[in-house]
Amino acid sequence: MMGIDPALLISALMVASVPIILAAIGELVVERAGVLNLGVEGMMIMGAVCGFILSVQSGSAFVGFVGGALGGAALSLLFALLTQVFLANQVASGLALTLFGLGLSSLLGQSFVGIRPPATGVVPFGPLADIPFLGRVLFSHDWVVYMSVVAVAATWWVLKATRTGLILRAVGESHDAAHALGYKVRRIRVLAILFGGAMAGLGGAYISLVRVPQWTDGITAGAGWIALAIVVFASWKPWRVLIGAYLFGGISVLQLNLQAAGARIPVEYLSMSPYLITILVLVIMSSGKGKAALNAPASLGQNFHASR
Amino acid sequence: MTRPELLRVEGVTKAYPGVVANSDVSFSISQGEVHALLGENGAGKSTLVKMIYGLVKPDSGRMTLNGAAYTPAEPRAARASGVAMVFQHFSLFEALNVAENVALGMENPPPMKELASRIKAVSEEYGLPLDPARMVGDLSAGERQRVEIVRCLLQDPKLLIMDEPTSVLTPQEVDILFKTLRKLSSEGTAILYISHKLEEIRALCDEATILRRGKVVATCTPRDRSAREMAELMVGATLTPPARAGGAKGAVALEVAGLSVASPIPFGTTLKSISFKVAKGEVLGIAGVAGNGQDELLLALSGELLAAPEAVRIDGAPVGQAGPTQRRALGLVSAPEERLGHAAAPDMSLVENALLSGALRQALTRRGFIDWAKTETFAEGIIKDFDVRTPGTQVAARALSGGNLQKFVVGRELSQTPSVIVINQPTWGVDAAAAASIRQAILDRAAGGAAVVVISQDLDELLEIADSFAALNEGRLTPPRPVTGLTVDEIGLMMGGAHGMEVAHHGH
Repeated sequence: MMGIDPALLISALMVASVPIILAAIGELVVERAGVLNLGVEGMMIMGAVCGFILSVQSGSAFVGFVGGALGGAALSLLFALLTQVFLANQVASGLALTLFGLGLSSLLGQSFVGIRPPATGVVPFGPLADIPFLGRVLFSHDWVVYMSVVAVAATWWVLKATRTGLILRAVGESHDAAHALGYKVRRIRVLAILFGGAMAGLGGAYISLVRVPQWTDGITAGAGWIALAIVVFASWKPWRVLIGAYLFGGISVLQLNLQAAGARIPVEYLSMSPYLITILVLVIMSSGKGKAALNAPASLGQNFHASR
Repeated sequence: MTRPELLRVEGVTKAYPGVVANSDVSFSISQGEVHALLGENGAGKSTLVKMIYGLVKPDSGRMTLNGAAYTPAEPRAARASGVAMVFQHFSLFEALNVAENVALGMENPPPMKELASRIKAVSEEYGLPLDPARMVGDLSAGERQRVEIVRCLLQDPKLLIMDEPTSVLTPQEVDILFKTLRKLSSEGTAILYISHKLEEIRALCDEATILRRGKVVATCTPRDRSAREMAELMVGATLTPPARAGGAKGAVALEVAGLSVASPIPFGTTLKSISFKVAKGEVLGIAGVAGNGQDELLLALSGELLAAPEAVRIDGAPVGQAGPTQRRALGLVSAPEERLGHAAAPDMSLVENALLSGALRQALTRRGFIDWAKTETFAEGIIKDFDVRTPGTQVAARALSGGNLQKFVVGRELSQTPSVIVINQPTWGVDAAAAASIRQAILDRAAGGAAVVVISQDLDELLEIADSFAALNEGRLTPPRPVTGLTVDEIGLMMGGAHGMEVAHHGH
């Protein structure tokens, strides 16, 4: 156990959590608007493959991230078309989206296996990075890590304090009432779905461009599902999403370190521990007698049709 | 008419596939006038006001507001022209607080802090006190309506549309609402008041337009007409009130003692130590403003919500822990308020829906196999006895109109030779003729020796059919009292009085 450096661990967990934070915060916005998109995994992997291809072709990691966001958003547009225009069932559409995304990404990525993408540089903080401990933990990351935290803060602030956020929550709470007041339920939901898709794509691109960094089939390995679970167990609250994602990332990194350090726990248990512990902690957090269960947007997963 | 005209509607027509909701409707309102729009369910009142509020576009016809052409493309445009609306089914968001709800209904809301203080000021000026920071889900129905009204008042409306505003209020709250409305009208705000409660319209309104099947059939001055005359204009037929047989009461069939259960519904009401007895042949009417525990009481009586074994007894047998099927076996049938999704499975046919609740008492299954022929006969019997208008028995429940489905689900329960009947809102959304026949059927079962509990928000209905009367208020039930000799004031107090409202301060 002695081989684990806490500064390195925290620094690594912040990086490991980025894809989940981005995907989960996107899905949180989608769900607060009353739409349940189970296609996060599919949108992430589309983001991963599109981001990878574009960054390799252009030689720029930044272009890759933009491409990842566009790829995720493009796939989510399909979901928006199915559920908001054709009023298809959201659960089935979301699951189909994941399967479709996994298949399509595998097809697109065939000729890109084994290539290294351009590197995403660390943000230069100058002397700040030399501060012992803090420098290693806070000031030695690439820009996406900081952006993920900013995204959480911005989402929290928009939902809480702005009119846009209020309307978004209102649509998720009761689409009939929102419609009666004259808000464009479908348009707001489509925009939320696109935002969710772009964020999931960005998260996926981070996996293929920074975390791994290369392209293999099924590279997201269930991160989209964890992001979905985190949204629910975080009671649809942005800061809790951050906590949940850091918890998951932290345990993932820790168990890897433990494996490397040769801990006498079977590898299988270590590998399943992040999933198990994250879900367990979040379930306990949200199972209190308080109003956590009531935080679910009341119209979540229901299709809206303005015929009444 | 000395006051200048505010809104004129001329020859407005709106058709939906299969039904003409409004056909060549014309009427006008002047400033400060309280104008009633009268009609039965489905007469086209809601469609008409939705057009005025910009939610629906008319197919033909025109509207003018203050002499200028008025064609609101969306509610936003209507609000900008000074038209505000209080909805029948509240357009509120339970998980948001009062100030947020108000902000959502405004075009350019001020910052939250300022809005909160304006809500406080306006609500107190009109005698409708409200705490801007409270969650709407925690408010009573009367308080929720205040939120809607205050939301409208903050925009200084020239025309205020109110869709069935009193159906959720106690008589005292209705009084206060009327005082507020009269104050508004004296300040020059015109009010378009939709209701089918005729006495209220006689008390409040200056003019009335009566709609039947989408057409204007009459206009009148409500003060000069009797409620009965207006009702007959509305229905287009002579009405006969149900006959009461006044039979002798028998032994106690349903006994509830100290029933306390937490609500399974989010923002629901906990039932607190409810006790009452209903004898064979007796009809107990339970009144109360919506959301005071009616749904929970029905669940607890039907067996969907379990309680202490001794809390509910049917013919002396403790059934608090027995589920719906066991209670059904003992003779208790129940019809919940929500027709689609609770009383009936929307996408299943009428025959299948008849089977779902009738299987046990009508012996529609044999060794686990369904006797479809017998079920079909049962369903046909219900349709015939209760005059359910449907193309056939294989039609999906969803396809029936609300009133017809209501007749079917109530008829299904009443046709099972029950000894105890529990019904929530038996005539909700049913036209007057059908309501009368449902009430008559309930009275007939009581005369036949069934113990009946009717939960309803329609006081007139309860006074018409109940022998004894109790009211639910915040999950508690008042002790039942005989209906004879009960005054409306006493009923209002039983329902919880005015819930902290006060009369509008005049001239301050």
